[in-house]
Amino acid sequence: MLEFLRQPWHWSVAGLLIGLTVPTLLILGNKKFGISSSLRHICAACIPAGVPFFKYDWKKEAWNLFFVAGVFIGGFLAATFLSDPEPMQVAEATKMKLAEYGITNYQALMPPEIFSFNQLLTLKGFIFFVVGGFLVGFGTRYAGGCTSGHSIMGLSNLQLPSLIATISFMIGGFFSANVLLPLIFKLF
Amino acid sequence: MFHLKICKIYMELTKLKEPQVDVRYQDAMCTNESQLKHPWWYNFKYMLVGIIFGIVFVKAEIISWFRIQEMFQLTSFHMYGVIGTAVIVGMISVAIIKKTKAKSIYGEPITLDNKTFNKGQIIGGLIFGLGWGITGACPGPLYAQMGAGFGVVAVTFLSAVLGTWVYGYLRDKLPH
Repeated sequence: MLEFLRQPWHWSVAGLLIGLTVPTLLILGNKKFGISSSLRHICAACIPAGVPFFKYDWKKEAWNLFFVAGVFIGGFLAATFLSDPEPMQVAEATKMKLAEYGITNYQALMPPEIFSFNQLLTLKGFIFFVVGGFLVGFGTRYAGGCTSGHSIMGLSNLQLPSLIATISFMIGGFFSANVLLPLIFKLF
Repeated sequence: MFHLKICKIYMELTKLKEPQVDVRYQDAMCTNESQLKHPWWYNFKYMLVGIIFGIVFVKAEIISWFRIQEMFQLTSFHMYGVIGTAVIVGMISVAIIKKTKAKSIYGEPITLDNKTFNKGQIIGGLIFGLGWGITGACPGPLYAQMGAGFGVVAVTFLSAVLGTWVYGYLRDKLPH
């Protein structure tokens, strides 16, 4: 059983379980699935600084913070007890592209050539962690949701604004991965 | 209109001094319409859902920067399969909940609100997309990546919190 769980899970299993999160949260307490809101609650709880956008009763949204704490713990449990010793299976075409960027290590879920503490104080680290993270936080809040709130919860509820947001996410992502990244990797 | 009403009730209940109706409305912040007051430890059940969610994120490699690159390079079906299946399962679930007028386990009617369009969904969406392609993470995977031991992602996470804060600070000056 454990061996079975250690293998990478099929997309249909993951999709089913993620999809079921939507009714689970609704039935557990009329809660709408969404993750980027947690970043707002953190701002409201820690650094409201008089900004009207952060003046609300974040404690009422504490369920969301418990939820994301669970995601953190789940990540820990999966990596600690269910990790797969095999290297990642990545599409050949992508491997060739990434090799041009100097990325060849597929031992972990994230390439150590980027996501290691050695890169923290370099230009690479600044772009991938600081700039990238900022765009994620700023963009999701500006859009009023992320992949979970818009693409999964919003689309499940047949919301046109969520479809527009999802299409925008994808356009931004395609541009970033195919146009920006090749330019960014030329810097190092 | 229904949302505004709920937000107003919510404001009264929480005794907010400043009008937050519009702010909360536009950002789908009035997402938690539950009027029930529960002890804080009731929230642990959401943590349990989060734990399962986090395990799925890691085991289906959704947190992987490689899988996100494959998705945007159109070299793998994996992420499309995950999101597509999740949306279909979610749609069917929501349809059943609406049809049966299902209630939460506390007997509260389940409310599903409509989102209104604003330009932020396009502009913000594009900005988030740029970040998604670079970091290989949307907000959910950020938490799971940190949990899975990629400690340096804490920097990405803090920067995302900062990005959220700067959005809140500049909000009135941005087109919506």
